[in-house]
Amino acid sequence: MLVSELKPIGEILGSLRPGERVFVVACGGCAQTTGAGGEKAIQTLKSAVLEGEHPVVGALEIPFLCNKALIGLKLSRVRTTVDKAEVFVVASCGVGVQAVATVTGKPTVPASNTLYYGAFQGVWPAEERCARCGECVLAETGGICPLTVCPKGLLHGPCGGSYQGECELEPGRPCGWQKIYDRLAELGRLDLFEKFRPPKDRRRALDVPLSRRRTTLWDLEFWEE
Amino acid sequence: MRLRERLAHGEFVITCEAAPPKGADVGPALEAVRKLAPKVHAFNVTDLQSSVLRMSSWALCALIKREGFEPILQMTCRDRNRLALQADLLGAWALGIENVLVLTGDHPVLGDHPQAMPVFDLDSVQLIAVIQALNSGRDLAGNELSGRTDFFVGAAVNPTAEPLEPHLAKLRLKAKLGIGFIQTQVVYDPQAFVRFVQKLDGVRVPMLVGIIPLKSAKMARFMNEHIAGVHVPEEIIKVMERAKTPEERRQRSVEICARIVRAVRPYCQGIHFMPMGWEDCVPDIVELAGI
Repeated sequence: MLVSELKPIGEILGSLRPGERVFVVACGGCAQTTGAGGEKAIQTLKSAVLEGEHPVVGALEIPFLCNKALIGLKLSRVRTTVDKAEVFVVASCGVGVQAVATVTGKPTVPASNTLYYGAFQGVWPAEERCARCGECVLAETGGICPLTVCPKGLLHGPCGGSYQGECELEPGRPCGWQKIYDRLAELGRLDLFEKFRPPKDRRRALDVPLSRRRTTLWDLEFWEE
Repeated sequence: MRLRERLAHGEFVITCEAAPPKGADVGPALEAVRKLAPKVHAFNVTDLQSSVLRMSSWALCALIKREGFEPILQMTCRDRNRLALQADLLGAWALGIENVLVLTGDHPVLGDHPQAMPVFDLDSVQLIAVIQALNSGRDLAGNELSGRTDFFVGAAVNPTAEPLEPHLAKLRLKAKLGIGFIQTQVVYDPQAFVRFVQKLDGVRVPMLVGIIPLKSAKMARFMNEHIAGVHVPEEIIKVMERAKTPEERRQRSVEICARIVRAVRPYCQGIHFMPMGWEDCVPDIVELAGI
């Protein structure tokens, strides 16, 4: 689940040129679930864009904007309006905005800021978040992720800013490494707390290697294009 | 004599923080160092303390070294990835800096550039391992280096942290990787420090206890509320409150620090002053404590 929120309307309008013909696309996947996509976003954006005096030539909700094959299919059914559009305003995560830009080849304006990702945490404020680091250490940290639970992503215990179980960042925020320590103590695995872990291979988090991209779905999308 | 030799010979050592300037004029910082030098064995140069932008630590270290005094390079993991950390360490070594205090670093959100990227590519434990690698003539990736460093590596700990156990466990891990000295967070409760020392089993590393002279009762209350891991006991705050004039406050503060120094002295191998602008108190505390 990628969690996004609509940008301030002024910022969206600021990215449009005067009188530009607009096509609004909203994601019906994560963005809709987290309140920044779907029909609701279309209505908000349509009225805002009209107020800003830009003609809206079309609007469409697409179930998952991360699926380029689906975008191509849906847009091909409204080809004439798509052709008339000069710019796409997209309510989605950053992946959806990029996918629309690739499929349409037209200027694309993000209507949203993507905040974070990870299961259903965007909907319920839970703690179990994943930083897709590519080198999962949960076996050694009592099933609590140090990369997301600690704002510094430390791998070896609390920093000096941890006091009475609280993080230095803001009052009331629990220290992630205190939580990990307590969990390991419960599990009788404090030996893991004092284990040395080598520095992370950051490449794993920053990029998806070409070999990983060549999936059936990936090929299908390319073929569709 | 160098810091590592003093500690090896069992000497009781005094270190003091020196903050690089917020700006380009390094004059006042060096002047403060010159004044304190007769009473201080080595100067810890802070690394953008509290995440507030200042001149780089290695630069003031090099200038202190040039004056003939001994610097301790404080190095945090906040602002540099593994490449930049290693590059700065090699550069520091070339400038004659041989002591490094390894720290995690405060989060940038707490400083004056809260929008900055928090790096933390390595953590303090890993940074110790990296310095040991440089000392053995290799970089983190295992590549052979032309010549090797011989850094004297220190670590930090908060002896009055609550709960203490995770911090003790982390310190044990740092000690296992090889550290030559420990400088502690400020201690206002000597009994809590003694309890910490008694729990240290297995960690035999010279320890320098952190001292911050209190400027006022207000400062004590502020630290209790806002500085993570610092706790000034109520009776000390009361003593500061009863002092009415600036002279009296300074005198009480010096007495409080000297009393703490005397109380912790049998359990440590030195004192680490963090004077926060009250550098001129340091000689008085040293004298009154009889060290």
